[in-house]
Amino acid sequence: MKRDLSIETKSLRRLFKGIPGKGDVVALDQVDLEVYDDEIFGLLGPNGAGKTTLIKILCTLLLPTEGQALIKGLDVVKRASQIRRIINLVSGGETPGYGILSVKENLWFFSQLYGLPRDFAKDRISKLVDQLELQDYLNTRMSKLSTGYKQRLNLARGFVNDPAVLFLDEPTLGLDVLSARHLRTLVKDWIRTGGKTVLLTTHYMAEADQMCDRVGIINRGKILACDIPQRLKTKVTGGATWKIEITPNLSELESLKSIPGVVGLSTTDNIETGVTTLKLVLEEESVMSDLLSKIRENGSKVLNMGKSEPTLEDVYISLVGTGME
Amino acid sequence: MLPKATPREELLINLRAAYARMWVRLRGSNREVTGLVAEIGLPILTIGAYVILYRAIGLPPTAGAAVIIGGAMIAFWTNVLWNMSSQWFWERESGNLEMYLVAPVSRMSVLLGMAMGGSVNTSIRALGIVLLGIFVFQVPFQLADPLSIGLVFVLTLVALYTMGMLFASIFMLYGREAWNTANLLQEPVYFLSGAYFPRIYAPVVPFALQVAGSLIPMTIGLDAIRRLAIYGESIATIWPHILALIACTLILFPLARRALNYMESLGKKEGRLTLRWQ
Repeated sequence: MKRDLSIETKSLRRLFKGIPGKGDVVALDQVDLEVYDDEIFGLLGPNGAGKTTLIKILCTLLLPTEGQALIKGLDVVKRASQIRRIINLVSGGETPGYGILSVKENLWFFSQLYGLPRDFAKDRISKLVDQLELQDYLNTRMSKLSTGYKQRLNLARGFVNDPAVLFLDEPTLGLDVLSARHLRTLVKDWIRTGGKTVLLTTHYMAEADQMCDRVGIINRGKILACDIPQRLKTKVTGGATWKIEITPNLSELESLKSIPGVVGLSTTDNIETGVTTLKLVLEEESVMSDLLSKIRENGSKVLNMGKSEPTLEDVYISLVGTGME
Repeated sequence: MLPKATPREELLINLRAAYARMWVRLRGSNREVTGLVAEIGLPILTIGAYVILYRAIGLPPTAGAAVIIGGAMIAFWTNVLWNMSSQWFWERESGNLEMYLVAPVSRMSVLLGMAMGGSVNTSIRALGIVLLGIFVFQVPFQLADPLSIGLVFVLTLVALYTMGMLFASIFMLYGREAWNTANLLQEPVYFLSGAYFPRIYAPVVPFALQVAGSLIPMTIGLDAIRRLAIYGESIATIWPHILALIACTLILFPLARRALNYMESLGKKEGRLTLRWQ
């Protein structure tokens, strides 16, 4: 069955003025994207990849330099005011609202920006407050809320107009594990109500894997891959994904990346134990002998190694060349 | 395809937004009592200095009354500068501007709400300043025609806050400069409007200064209110003031709207609309 398109971009390009003499910065380069109704679409990419620029264009906050972006078939440049009625944006780490006003007052205020009649707004706010477990803080000033609760309020604000398309720009940034899990559950439940779309950007691979129906990987303004997480993972299983623990840390990481057949590499350092975990995506297993020699040449010892099931992070590493860190 | 909002729906949503923004301003500003006390009590110190000076040099008591009205009107100019003109800067820094821009309301309705809230708030403070001034300095007022005074006062506020909407629109993309510009416009307008003079349109004030001052609606309104409330003149003598205030509003409002649309599209084009820490 053919599903309705909710978000569509066609050859979308956005340039920003760069440092004088250095030319323009390409934030988005010929981005073609299709996101459907009832879908949570995740956009993964390092800092400066173009995720927020794309969201800003789709939210009518920024004009594209070339190409077209559509929400429910409406052009974001020509039909901005119509689009604004059916979208909302929640950015992680942001706390829009007025610190001197209470949670209830802030939510009422934002409901009025969408023209919600008084009683209707009251009912919706009451439901959102229950869903986000903000009942005990209803009359607390926003300035007195903890980061987690401010983010819950921010999310409630995002749902206040019951948007058809919700943009979540790193919504769990700075949240503790429980709050983040709660937020993810809420978004997943909300999408099941039907006719909704979520475009999510995140740095957390597990979050994207858990939440998203499809994932796009973006780097330097280009969409490198776009598919359901499982299919993306199988795409890299043609090669091999390995996890190697070494000590001490490698000083010359670049020397590993330059070995022919190493598709991608990411590292995680454990400062306490002095152990570094390398996650590698290799074209074929025969590369491993060159790799181990290079590690030894660098004066590091291999503590543990093994093949691992490909994860979204491996997909990311194989496409971008490095990890998110 | 999503249906377009009808003109009635558009109007309703913008009115709700304006009311909500006004409510935020009223609620926010009056929740902290210390602010209210400071905003009424502190201007009295400057006003008092002038009242005492005019008494010392033998000017009639009406000069003191003129300064009290001038001091009260200054509260509006301060509000226009800091709570209207540079407001988008603060909204951007707190992440609210983005939310206003994503919402389906006209930014003019948000500015209108700020203006309504600001004018009601400041009127309370201005009334406090006048009452405290009368009580402390025992200056004479003539309230023979309160309706005319009320009319001129309202027209002055409308013109003044429309000017604030224009400034807010122009300063929309400003970063820290918004702060500096507001500072730059503060003291010169206190001087040019003649707030602390017994009269602005008098032979002792250089003509060029009178002309420059007349570009600010507050100067015109202040002079008209003084004529009605202190110098015993009637509405028949201040009709040019009334016309000038109406003309100011009719010119400034469309200018504010155009400036806002222009700055918003420029910001979207250059990507500066939601850029922080400028």
